[in-house]
Amino acid sequence: MTFSPELEKRIEKLLASYPSNRRKSALIPMLMYAQDETGYVTRELVEEVARRIGIPPVQVDEVVTFYTMLWRKPRGKYHVQVCTNISCLLTGGEELYEHTCKKLGLGHRETAADGVFSLEEVECMGACSWAPAVQINYDFYHHVTPEKLDQLIDDLKKVH
Amino acid sequence: MVNLTINGIAVQAPPGTLVIDAAKKAGIEIPAFCYYEGYSLQAACRMCLVEVEKMPKLQTACTLPVGEGMVVRTEAAAVVKARKTTLEFLLTNHPLDCPVCDKGGECELQDMVFRYGAGESRFTELKHHVDEKQWSPVVFYDAPRCILCYRCVRVCDEGMGVGALGVVNRGVLSEIAPSHGDHLECDECGACIDICPVGALTSGTYRYQTRPWEMQHVGTTCTFCADGCKTTLGIRNEKIVRGNNRDQSGINGEFLCVKGRYAFDFQEHPGRLTAPLMRINGKLEEVSWSKALAAVAAKFSEVKSRGGQFGVIGSTKTSNEENFFLQKFARQGLGTANIDHRRSGDIVTLIDALAGKTDALGSVQDAYLMKASLVVGTDLAQEHPLLAFQLRANFRHHDSHTYTVAAGPVREDSYSVAQVRAAAGEEMAGVESLRDRLAKEPELLVLFGASVKGEALRKLVAFVGSLGIAKVKYICLMDYSNSRGAMDMGLLPDLGPGYKPVSAAGLALPDMMASTGLDVLWIVGANPLARHELKSTGAFVVVQEMFLTETAARADVVLPASSAYEKGGTVTSGTGEVQRLHSAAKTMGAKPDLEIMGLIAKEMKLNLGIWANANVFEEIRREVRGYNIPLPTIATGQAVQTSPLNGRVAVASRPDLIQPAGNTLFTSGSLGKYSKKLTSVMEYPGALYKPQY
Repeated sequence: MTFSPELEKRIEKLLASYPSNRRKSALIPMLMYAQDETGYVTRELVEEVARRIGIPPVQVDEVVTFYTMLWRKPRGKYHVQVCTNISCLLTGGEELYEHTCKKLGLGHRETAADGVFSLEEVECMGACSWAPAVQINYDFYHHVTPEKLDQLIDDLKKVH
Repeated sequence: MVNLTINGIAVQAPPGTLVIDAAKKAGIEIPAFCYYEGYSLQAACRMCLVEVEKMPKLQTACTLPVGEGMVVRTEAAAVVKARKTTLEFLLTNHPLDCPVCDKGGECELQDMVFRYGAGESRFTELKHHVDEKQWSPVVFYDAPRCILCYRCVRVCDEGMGVGALGVVNRGVLSEIAPSHGDHLECDECGACIDICPVGALTSGTYRYQTRPWEMQHVGTTCTFCADGCKTTLGIRNEKIVRGNNRDQSGINGEFLCVKGRYAFDFQEHPGRLTAPLMRINGKLEEVSWSKALAAVAAKFSEVKSRGGQFGVIGSTKTSNEENFFLQKFARQGLGTANIDHRRSGDIVTLIDALAGKTDALGSVQDAYLMKASLVVGTDLAQEHPLLAFQLRANFRHHDSHTYTVAAGPVREDSYSVAQVRAAAGEEMAGVESLRDRLAKEPELLVLFGASVKGEALRKLVAFVGSLGIAKVKYICLMDYSNSRGAMDMGLLPDLGPGYKPVSAAGLALPDMMASTGLDVLWIVGANPLARHELKSTGAFVVVQEMFLTETAARADVVLPASSAYEKGGTVTSGTGEVQRLHSAAKTMGAKPDLEIMGLIAKEMKLNLGIWANANVFEEIRREVRGYNIPLPTIATGQAVQTSPLNGRVAVASRPDLIQPAGNTLFTSGSLGKYSKKLTSVMEYPGALYKPQY
């Protein structure tokens, strides 16, 4: 499996930052970076990462299946994550999540057929002071209301 | 020593001992699932919780080292309650299908629930169910039964060095997963099945065959490679249904490879010969035993009386008694010195080169205990899985140093301190390149394969001897279960039992095949015609064999022989450890080779002594140095190492005659192909070698 030159460079730097007998530590960041490029963790990617780190593929599977941030099915170009943990819940996160579901026509961990959006109800993302919070890919949006969310999504649709 | 109190009993233990082990020594059982001696600690099952004074919460005895003045209570009210709830949790999604579960009757979960568990559960929710999966022809996984103790994961990764199992998902959905998505690419050794405390991992040969208490268990010695593992065969209705090492005794402890665990089914292969065959009008036809024996005896007597040429070829899988009796029959009964077998290791040169040194032959135990090992010219994990397992365990437990000098990648590479690549036959340069590092080792075990023979072997011994290492031992690796025994018993044209030279040497195996003057060729449990052409076209060929092999097909008389699992006697492993065989099953019509030889002798009116295992072994004990071993030890299923000779061997060894079969983990000469299970498992050559970290 081949990666883009940028990703190759990133992985190289990553692997170099651990002692040679602790290369296993590179597993999660490597999967995250690769996932951003491939969209999700494919079987091919699992075998490739295993080969590069020098562990049996099943040990990569263990990690991939444990962490929800690693996806084993295609994720949307814009991955909308709505927090419903306590601070967001108290400030309308639950309603916001339900609104997002209706707006996108998606449920928890679902991806739209055209691959533009995917939705996930997430646990605390550390943005309690600005609750309710939404994260789209790596960008945070604070004090989100249903109206603001509609605007956000419509804008993204236009950009797309 | 650390002093502590467990349940009011004063206990002493060395520092670092775990409370669970200290309690065991004191006769106190602390229940546990995930704890398994010799593997890394997991503390996953929470069954071993104990109360320790001055510690705020219950502690896992399997990870808690003993401390001075520690007061431990294993039966306190809080502990009893904790165990009860732990078991309740373990049973939350457990199907409780004990009546149809293979493990029922020998299940650790069943025993624990019976002893410590609650009578009822407070959980009323639907149980989470996942369908059973098949990962390979021999490994099945039933996730609901699994208690996630990680034993299988650890035995595969640490014990076998394969790492084919892992735990995927999380929480209630967690389950064991195989190395490649939906299937296993591994050694197929079945250690995971054996170590599973519940019925989650089941074996393709044994599942749904029987209940454990309906079996008889016969501990015997595996008949495949020369490592000599003890295998316990489970017998039901006179059929072998399971192979494992149930009581973990013998030289191999808990270890068995795919052959020892599953390949016993060659014994009931439909191709087994069940009646003697005789060539009548050019075709092999079934005849009665008396007719076949009479024909053989008449021919033998006739050729003997007219001074004709005999050729006798013995086996590397028959017992010591049979081999001893065969050479005695040949030398005394037939008056011929033409006797040989297929050699697979140059033990003759090794013994000669070690003349004068005592205690220089390594045992299976040494592979686990010696501080350093040098593996030359062999792929241990493929050819000698037990020794490879021992070396890995040695590294894991004692940080031993392993040096490998071999042609290809070998599994030892992943933990050895030095890996040298050298083509077969040219290992010596590689060994010499390690001089400085080897010289620093306090002890060294040298394991060498068949490519190190003759002069190369003498050089190796001289080189290692020159390093000044205080304690050096050697293991000459061989192919089959009694390859060593065949040598020790004198199935050689120039050496008698115990490597004593004979007055006139006879023909070696290839010379017999190439000779045109043989009148009779008698082959006991060997298949030389698969590799050689028999030049004496007119020779009368008598074959004692289990199957109609290439050799048997050419025979004039074929006498159906019992397999190693159908008879008694002793065998000597490649490391010289003598162990007993025990009859586990029968094949109607076949007879043990010793009995066949005895009956031929009787028919010929020869007096070669009583042909019973015990009597022949008595004779071996008198005749062969090193075999005067304590009988109770081997009678109780243990091994005794022999040292056949300490002195020069009077004849030159014939390194050209050493022809190893080059078996892999999944093949075994001409026997392996008769095992349906062994031939059904997939070989993934790449999977045998773990990539290096």
